[in-house]
Amino acid sequence: MNMSTMNLNRSQDEAELEAEFQRRIDNEEKIEPKDWMPEAYRKNLIRQISQHAHSEVIGMQPEGNWITRAPSLHRKAVLLAKVQDEAGHGLYLYSAAETLGISREELIDALHTGAAKYASIFNYPSLSWADMGAIGWLVDGAAIVNQVSLQRTSYGPYARGMVRICKEESFHQRQGYHILMTLMEGDERQRKMAQDAVNRFWWPSLMMFGPHDSDSEHSGQSMTWKIKRQSNDELRQKFVDQSVEQAEAIGLTLPDPDLRWNEERGHYDFGEIDWDEFYSVIAGNGHCNRDRVAHHRRAHDEGAWVREALDAYENKRAAARTA
Amino acid sequence: MSNVANEKIAAYANRLGDDSLIHGHRLSEWCSNGPFLEEDLAMTNVALDYIGRARNFLTYAAELIGGGATEDTLAYERDCLEYTNLLIYELPKGDFAFTTARQYLLDEFELLFLTALCNSEDSTLAAVAEKSLKETRYHLRRSKEWMLRLGNGTEESKEKLQTAVEQLIGYTPELFEVDALEKDLISGGIAVDRAGLEESWRSACEKTFDEAGVNMPQAVWRVKGGRTGFHTEHLGHLLADMQFVQRAYPGCQW
Repeated sequence: MNMSTMNLNRSQDEAELEAEFQRRIDNEEKIEPKDWMPEAYRKNLIRQISQHAHSEVIGMQPEGNWITRAPSLHRKAVLLAKVQDEAGHGLYLYSAAETLGISREELIDALHTGAAKYASIFNYPSLSWADMGAIGWLVDGAAIVNQVSLQRTSYGPYARGMVRICKEESFHQRQGYHILMTLMEGDERQRKMAQDAVNRFWWPSLMMFGPHDSDSEHSGQSMTWKIKRQSNDELRQKFVDQSVEQAEAIGLTLPDPDLRWNEERGHYDFGEIDWDEFYSVIAGNGHCNRDRVAHHRRAHDEGAWVREALDAYENKRAAARTA
Repeated sequence: MSNVANEKIAAYANRLGDDSLIHGHRLSEWCSNGPFLEEDLAMTNVALDYIGRARNFLTYAAELIGGGATEDTLAYERDCLEYTNLLIYELPKGDFAFTTARQYLLDEFELLFLTALCNSEDSTLAAVAEKSLKETRYHLRRSKEWMLRLGNGTEESKEKLQTAVEQLIGYTPELFEVDALEKDLISGGIAVDRAGLEESWRSACEKTFDEAGVNMPQAVWRVKGGRTGFHTEHLGHLLADMQFVQRAYPGCQW
């Protein structure tokens, strides 16, 4: 057999494997860590899951910013529990990414160098207590819409992680909404604080679903592989539809003059997102881009001696056991 | 029970609540600052236990005080001089070695203290103690394990742990100080005689320090004053942070 026949055979094998892989996906079978998968599928998943994990972890910062300043002990306890959940979600997701053959250390390095992204919403600052409400209601609300859909994603560990995460996220969204509701029942300054937070977080929350389907770089292949189950625009519409009534119920105004019910479509129409802002913040022009990564890097660097001590201790213990 | 007794029990519950609240606050400052994600999670978990404990003690104190007092008026409307936590709780979180050493020293203390408080004649205090004791057993398992890891880890971790212990030791005698209020409540079977816990505490700590290869120093310097409001400079800043929203927008519901 000469070289070119071998290559031909290999690519034939590969083509068969890929066809079989796609057949399983089309059949709604879950792909598990030890199964064969196209290299691009693996890469795509690592990119998406790690971005998701980093978002949970970086998302601890804007909320952690208010734990020490929470205005009642009840709110403080709930916020602490919530941020703790986010850390837990980060852990499930890092573990899911690790099943694809990448280490936690590599994932964190990629966050520090900027090779891996996190949700750009966390580049916006949390300036008032009401922001804890807006982040819970809108940011977690948008995340849930996306995550509910991802419960049916094709990669088993990711899908199962999403099921656990969704259970907890709905509590997060309720706590955020409850913060805003309480503020809206309060005095003029509190209502202003709540409205201001919603004004600042509404559009960035819509941006969380990513570019329009027609402009989305990764969407086509992700849909074929069923990593993504619904398109950016479908999910965004779902989020807008559910948010309008919730806002009205507590007297909040969503900052979009074009927002109105469209009887024919059975959905709310809404205005065009400022995509320049979206790309500009991703490119580094948000208030917190540098702070978020620097904060994570500082904590990681300051903890280096602790991790070294832990390794040294475990090694000594292992050595003592085998001795 | 007489009003005088109620006032005293309220003051007692209040100081135990202050200890827990200030400690929980310091631990909560670790959120997103831990050495790795699992530890971040563990520290906020412990912080949450302390905030919960603080709420139980302060709610009880507020009930006894009456006149519209709540856990929140106690937490958010008192200034530095009215706070009665012991000084060791308010010291800044420091590095991971400092937080670990403080947690360990306090866990050993709280194990003894809460065990005794479970026998209080005051059923509310006893019930809070019982719930808290379960948490403290778990906290102690963790902090002790970290003492061993840091002490037997690297030269650097051992040195940092030793330094932390030396910075903390002079704040530990205050844990065992009994003032007139507590003396009164001890004779009524309500409060714990902290002075009686020191020996057991010291021997438990020495055992762990020994295993960790770190010296447990004698407290040659001693700083006191928390129960009378004579605090370190750190508490004012902690309260400025904690109370900011309530102070900037007084009289609101949150």
